Parts: sequence; structure tokens; C-alpha cells
Amino acid sequence: MGPPPHIHGRGLRGLAVATTAVVAAALALVFFYAPLDSDQGFVQKIFYIHVPLAITALCGFVLGGLLAIAHLRGGHSRWDLRSYVAIHMSLIFAVGALITGSIWAKASWGHWWVWSDPTLTSFLIVVLLYATYQPLRFSIEDPERQARYASVFAVVAGAFVPMNFIVVRLAQGVVHPRVLTLTGGHLPGSMRLTFTVSLIGIALLYATLCKLELSAKRSRIQLRRLRRQLLGEDAVGYARRSAAPS
Amino acid sequence: MSLLLAAAPALPLHKAGPYVAAAYIVFVVLLLVYLAIMGLRTSRTERQLAELRRQVAEREAGAEGQPREEVAA
Repeated sequence: MGPPPHIHGRGLRGLAVATTAVVAAALALVFFYAPLDSDQGFVQKIFYIHVPLAITALCGFVLGGLLAIAHLRGGHSRWDLRSYVAIHMSLIFAVGALITGSIWAKASWGHWWVWSDPTLTSFLIVVLLYATYQPLRFSIEDPERQARYASVFAVVAGAFVPMNFIVVRLAQGVVHPRVLTLTGGHLPGSMRLTFTVSLIGIALLYATLCKLELSAKRSRIQLRRLRRQLLGEDAVGYARRSAAPS
Repeated sequence: MSLLLAAAPALPLHKAGPYVAAAYIVFVVLLLVYLAIMGLRTSRTERQLAELRRQVAEREAGAEGQPREEVAA
């Protein structure tokens, strides 16, 4: 028997190196290249972390819905696992976006939270909606039923995210800064480059962490199966109820 | 709402700095906490895997030591 194998997915190391390089480049651009905003000054630097986190989280929620569709169509548990990981990671990124946004609001508007702003409130609603995903899974003991119900939830909630985004965009009288639009927005070239690199960095980070989480989850699932095969059901004991796919 | 923006001019650098630092620190702390949790979980899985390999090796060694049963012709 050789040395024990390391637990990591294929290509994870390369992805992690690329993520580290792009995030480091983004930080360098944010603090040494992008000019100070004429309206907001230095506080606007929060934009380069807050907006990519929010965009990646929202895209991740939609991705979770798409993966859930694949699960409902094919019935393979691997799609449920991918959907679970995409949503789990998006929720973490969304919490990061909420906290950084709140800090920006305090610095920019003098308030930690502005309830009358549709962008803030709708984002909070999306986060609270997805905060029920894990308890929903945990409340269902049967793994197959859990996966099916969670997929239905992910599809419905995933469809809600872009709808919500469009409605908020159409809303009038908002205080939330509108720097990114379909026609190119109001960002000067240097700021746009910095923002693009930041967005790519955060998206790569999302992909890396998803891959890491997937590898860890697959390893645990395989370990449990191996144990059951080799040592019998008694050695493994009853599976502890879990929100994660098993 | 436009009054709110008008009443909130850009903060000077010494006042804006802590807010910007706080936002980026939140990001780093979230990332580090997540990686620490993943590191703990992965090391636990690797430990369990090593234990399983040890148990399998012991079983195989035990099976080799026992005499084989004669197959009835």
C-alpha cells in the first residue's frame, strides 16, 4: 500500500494559482492604478469588492437553479451536489456583499442600511430566501426526497433572482449608484479595467472554492461508502441527518 | 433620496480609510474562516481514510495468515 492519497480535485491547484494571481492583480489595480472617484473619493474603492461579490453571488444562485434543472431531468445525485455547492457558496458571497455594502453605505450615506432603497432591500430578500435552503434540506430525512425538493426550490428561487434584478433596475427614484449599465455605464477606462479584473478574480475565487467544496464532499461520500462496503453497516452506524447531499 | 446623496459629501482620506480597510478585512476574514473550516474537515477526512486503510491492511494480513478452506470436490 502506497502513501495515502491527497484529497483534492483535478485541476484545483492550477485554478487556485490562477485565482491568487488575478486577485493579487486586482488588489494592485484597485489601490495603485484606479483613480480616486471625483464624487465619493477613497470610499469608492469598496465598489471593487462589493459589486463583484454581489454579481458573483447572484449568478451563483442562478447557476444553482440550472444545475437543479439538470438534477430534476436526469435524477443523478451529482447534479444535486453541484447545485447544493453552488448555492452554499453563493450564500457566503452574498453575506460578504451585504456586509461590504453596509460599510459602504455608512461611509457614503451616513447610514448602515437604507430601507427605502430597492436594490439593498431586494438583495436582502434574495439572501433571506436562500437562507431557508439549508433548513429546508435538513428538515427532510429521506435523501432522495431531500434532493428533489431542494432542486424544486433552487429552480423557483433561481428564476426569482433575475426577475427581481430586472424589476429593481426598472424602479425609479433609487439612491443606489448606477455605474454599470447595458450601454457601458459611466466608468472611465482605468476604473472599468480594474472592475473587470476584480470581477474575474472574484468569479475565479467562487469557482475555486466550489471545486474545493465539491472535492471535499465527494471524498466524504466515497469514504462513507467504502467503510460500509469494507466494514459493514454496523461499523459505519446510522448516517447522521445532514443538509448536505449524502 | 437625492437629498441624502447631496448631504453626504466625499469623506476625506483619513476618515474613508478605515471604512475601506474594514470592507476588505471582512472579505479576507470570511475567506480565511471558510478555508480554516475546509482545512479542518479535509484533515479529518484524510485521518479517517488513513484509519480505514490501516483496518483494511490488518484484515488482509489476517486473511493471509489463516489456512484456506478445502473446496469439496
